Amino acid sequence: MKKLLGSAKDALADVDDGAVLMVGGFGLCGNPENLIAALHQRGTRGLTLISNNCGTTDKGLGVLLAAGQVKKMVSSYVGENKEFERRYLTGELDVELNPQGTLAERIRAGGAGIPAFFTATGVGTAVSEGGLPLRYKKDGSVDVVSAKKETRVLVDPRSGRERTYVQETGLFADFCLVRAHTADESGNLIFRKTARNFSPMMCTAARVTVVEAENIVPVGALDPDQIHVPGIYVGRLVLVTSRANWIEQKTTRPRPTPAA
Amino acid sequence: MPLTRDQIVARAARELRDGYTVNLGIGIPTLVANAVPAGVDIVLQSENGMLGVGPFPYEGDEDPDLINAGKQTITALPGASFFSSADSFGMIRGGHVDLTILGAMQVSGRGDIANWMIPGKMVKGMGGAMDLVAGSPRVIVTMEHCARSAEGAKGEPKVVAECTLPLTGKACVDLLITDYGVFSIERGVGMTLLEHAPDLSVDDIRKGTGAAFAVSPSLKPIAI
Repeated sequence: MKKLLGSAKDALADVDDGAVLMVGGFGLCGNPENLIAALHQRGTRGLTLISNNCGTTDKGLGVLLAAGQVKKMVSSYVGENKEFERRYLTGELDVELNPQGTLAERIRAGGAGIPAFFTATGVGTAVSEGGLPLRYKKDGSVDVVSAKKETRVLVDPRSGRERTYVQETGLFADFCLVRAHTADESGNLIFRKTARNFSPMMCTAARVTVVEAENIVPVGALDPDQIHVPGIYVGRLVLVTSRANWIEQKTTRPRPTPAA
Repeated sequence: MPLTRDQIVARAARELRDGYTVNLGIGIPTLVANAVPAGVDIVLQSENGMLGVGPFPYEGDEDPDLINAGKQTITALPGASFFSSADSFGMIRGGHVDLTILGAMQVSGRGDIANWMIPGKMVKGMGGAMDLVAGSPRVIVTMEHCARSAEGAKGEPKVVAECTLPLTGKACVDLLITDYGVFSIERGVGMTLLEHAPDLSVDDIRKGTGAAFAVSPSLKPIAI
C-alpha cells in the first residue's frame, strides 16, 4: 500500500465535520503545522481535538480555535492561549482537562486495547471527585461538570502499601495528526529531541494516522534499531512544505567572550 | 525581614542529594537548578520527555525541538535522553523521579496543595502537576508565605487549615519552604516548623499562617 501522498490537503480529504482528532505537540514544539494549516483551509468544523495544549493565539491549534472550527478540547494545559480561555468561559468551547500523565496514558491505553486503568494521579481532587467545569453558559456560569469517577483501594506494586486509585479510560480518535523528523516510505518514524512528546502514543490510537515528515527516505534507509514508531501505525505520509517550527519562549544565556 | 527569592532558592537547593533525579516546576523551583551545591550531582527531568536538562543555550543556538516543560529553549547535557510523554509520566508515576519541587497558591497543614485553578478566573489546566505530586517519593513546595496584593502589600496567608482552591493533590507535600520558614509535613501528624527566617519570631510566623503548626524542639534560624 502506498502511504506517501502528494499534499496535506489530499491526506485530510475525508476528515469530516464532527471528527475526533489527536494532534501531537507540546506547546509549539513538534506540532504538525502543515496538516493544521490544511485542516484550517478545509474549513472542517465541530472538531474534537485531543492534544496537550491548544497552541497560542495565532499558532498551532490556536489557528483552528480562532476560526471557530473546534467544538471540544481534551488537554492538560491551556495557559498560553487567551482566546481559549475566553471561548471556554463563555460557553463557545467544551474543555476536558486531564492531568498530563493521565492524558498520555489514556492515549497509550486506547491504542493498546486497554479500556481502563487505575492511577493515583488526581485522587481526592476534582479529577476523581467530579465537578470540573466541562462547559460554561454564555453568562459565565457553569453548565456541565465532570462526573465522579470510580476509585478503588489497591496495593502499590512498588511499596506494597495500600493506596486509593482512580479509574481512567482509554482514548481513541478518528484521525491522528503528527509531525516526525524522518520517515521512510513504509511509515517508520523517527522523532527529534523533545518534539517527540505525545506523538508516538497518538500514532497508535486513531483509525487513520497522518504524518507530516521533515524528511522522507526510501524503505531500507533507516536503521530498524532506531525507529520510534513502527510503520504499522501510520496510514498516510506527506512531506512538509513549510518547516515552520516556532519557539514559544526563547531563553538564552550570554555567550562567553573569549579571553583577550 | 522574610527571605528574598534568592534565599528561598538557596535553601531549597540544600534539599538536593547527590544522585537525585529531580523535576523542577515553573518559577522559583526552576531557579534551584542554578544553586546546586558543589559536589552534588543531580539529573533534571523535564516532563515533556527528557532527562539531562542543561542550561539555556547561547544566543543563536536555540533549537525549537529542544524545550523544557515551561516551553523555554534549553540544552541537553552529555548523557541526556529523550522519550515520549507516556514514558515520562510512567517514570514519574512509578516513583523513579526522586524529588519534585514546585510552587503553590495554597498549602494546607495536612500537606494538601492547590496550584492550578482559580474557579471562574484562571483556567490554565493542571499540566503535569497532579502526576508529579501523586508519583514523586518526595514533594517540596517553595512559595511566598502570604499572597501579595496588587500594591505589593502582604495579604492573605497561603498556608491554610483547608485549601479553598481546587486541589492539585491531597496529603502529598513533604516539605514547605517559604520566605518565613521551613516546615515538614507528616501524614497524620501535621505541620512542624523546623527553621525560621532569621529576623522572624515564631509569633511573627504564626500571625501570617492560617494553619496550626508545631515547633520543632531543634528549631533554628535558616542559614543564609
